[in-house]
Amino acid sequence: MKKPAGWMIWLLPVASGLCFAALWLGIKRLGDVSDWLLPTPVQILEAALQERSRLLVAAGNTALGALAGFLLAATSGLLLALLIGASRLLRAAFYPWLLVLQMTPVIVLTPIIVLWAGPGFPGIVTITWLISFFPIVANTTQGLLSADHNHVGLFRMANATRWQELRLLRLPAAMPYYLAGLRIAATLAPIGAIFGEYMVGNAAGGSGGLGFMVYVYNTQIKIPALFATALTSCLLGFIFVAAVSLLNWAVLHKWHDSFDRNDH
Amino acid sequence: MTAAQPIVEFRDVTKRYGDGPLVLDTVNLTVFRGDFISLIGPSGCGKSTLLKLVAGLNPPSTGGLSVLGTTPKAARDRQAFIFQDATLLPWLTARRNTEMLLRLRGEPETERRRKAAALLDLVGLAHAADYYPRQLSGGMKMRVSIARALSVAPELLLLDEPFGALDEMSRFRLNEELLALRARTPFSALFVTHSVAEAVFLSNRILVMGARPGRIAAEVTVNFGPVRTRELRAEPAFQEKVNEVTRRLHGVEEHGA
Ligand SMILES: Nc1ncnc2c1ncn2[C@@H]1O[C@H](COP(=O)(O)OP(=O)(O)OP(=O)(O)O)[C@@H](O)[C@H]1O
Ligand SMILES: [Mg+2]
Repeated sequence: MKKPAGWMIWLLPVASGLCFAALWLGIKRLGDVSDWLLPTPVQILEAALQERSRLLVAAGNTALGALAGFLLAATSGLLLALLIGASRLLRAAFYPWLLVLQMTPVIVLTPIIVLWAGPGFPGIVTITWLISFFPIVANTTQGLLSADHNHVGLFRMANATRWQELRLLRLPAAMPYYLAGLRIAATLAPIGAIFGEYMVGNAAGGSGGLGFMVYVYNTQIKIPALFATALTSCLLGFIFVAAVSLLNWAVLHKWHDSFDRNDH
Repeated sequence: MTAAQPIVEFRDVTKRYGDGPLVLDTVNLTVFRGDFISLIGPSGCGKSTLLKLVAGLNPPSTGGLSVLGTTPKAARDRQAFIFQDATLLPWLTARRNTEMLLRLRGEPETERRRKAAALLDLVGLAHAADYYPRQLSGGMKMRVSIARALSVAPELLLLDEPFGALDEMSRFRLNEELLALRARTPFSALFVTHSVAEAVFLSNRILVMGARPGRIAAEVTVNFGPVRTRELRAEPAFQEKVNEVTRRLHGVEEHGA
């Protein structure tokens, strides 16, 4: 496929965005939808400006919960994957249960989590952790097991210990998988935090996060502010994904094929 | 020279994977120190399997196999394996790849640094020591793989179609380089190839294998001496040897069909 030229990369999304805005306004006009139900993009931006200090504080709180849950998931996910990946026995014993747990919608567990972890920050972090944990474990385990067959032969020939095989072969081979897991987790963590805040309530004592703002604006029927909250959440998610992409680049760009500049 | 010393002995070895068909049928083979033996034969006749038996990566099903006076597994640290696709770790530079086997043996860092540098120099890659594998051509990758294998000073080198993926010019050059390396650091070799000319150029013995079940069908001795230059390929005696091995190979393939 032909690659679009550099300026097209910028122009095309802007153009499609304008089309979308036009469609939005068209629907409003034709269907005579009131501002109350569907505000205009301008009204949303106005609401965002008006509420900016509250939204900013809320975004900060959400970011804190999301980051805590994400880091917890990133470390515990890696450790669990190492345990599962290192031993066939542990894998056979635990992996099926992991899948079962993954199939359980976190929403169903929320009351239990609040009961156990407590409301507020601990509950939010736990929900975030639970949501972003599985893609990391699943991906990393896959990566640890998919080390090249001949590389394993090379290590066996050299009488490598299992620890050496894990540290010098399987772990680096799993890095691209781990990072792909982190990337999925990075999209899920802010969602998890916002959902947690919505369900669990105030985050850092008093000032709530974005999820709490959803609750507040909803009861006040401030629809443009709700849209502005969505916009803010979107930005937060973008920052998370961008950070992981940067990490991904830093770790892989020197050697991984996905960064081959001579690619067609 | 003293009497030839056997370093690998197959005694009535058979091999099947699980309860699958017989892959190797009654292999009897003695490799002597200093031998460079090529294994050639139709695809699926068990050449890689035979190498893996020697490497201790797979056990024989029946029969006896001793390597360097002991079991294949116990002899592992005195042999090295070179795979067809170089098997460099993509996240390590050429230098660090070359060091890997020494690192696994717990050799101190300064020592393995020194050895790796010397070996990369020997295979003509001193300038590419800090390149990652994806920045290396196929021939360069294979040179790193050879350097890595030689780092442990193996008495026996097992090579499974190491040059199979290379163009003919690179293959010829690497053949010559391999012989030159051998003059410096003596090793015996079991070498799997699909190229008759390569086998004749490198070996003092060529084993022609047959398929279904895999077996050693014939042995051809090559008496061109240890010192061989590229001019050898143009000599009539060389061409005659190539023809002889090719005839044997055709005989095997007609029988197998
Ligand atoms: N791990 C394995 N499990 C089961 N069967 C195997 C395994 N490895 C090889 N075989 C079978 O053993 C036979 C010999 O395989 P082998 O790889 O030794 O052949 P080869 O001579 O090296 O072939 P090629 O020239 O294509 O590399 C084949 O029929 C193959 O299907
Ligand atoms: Mg093979």
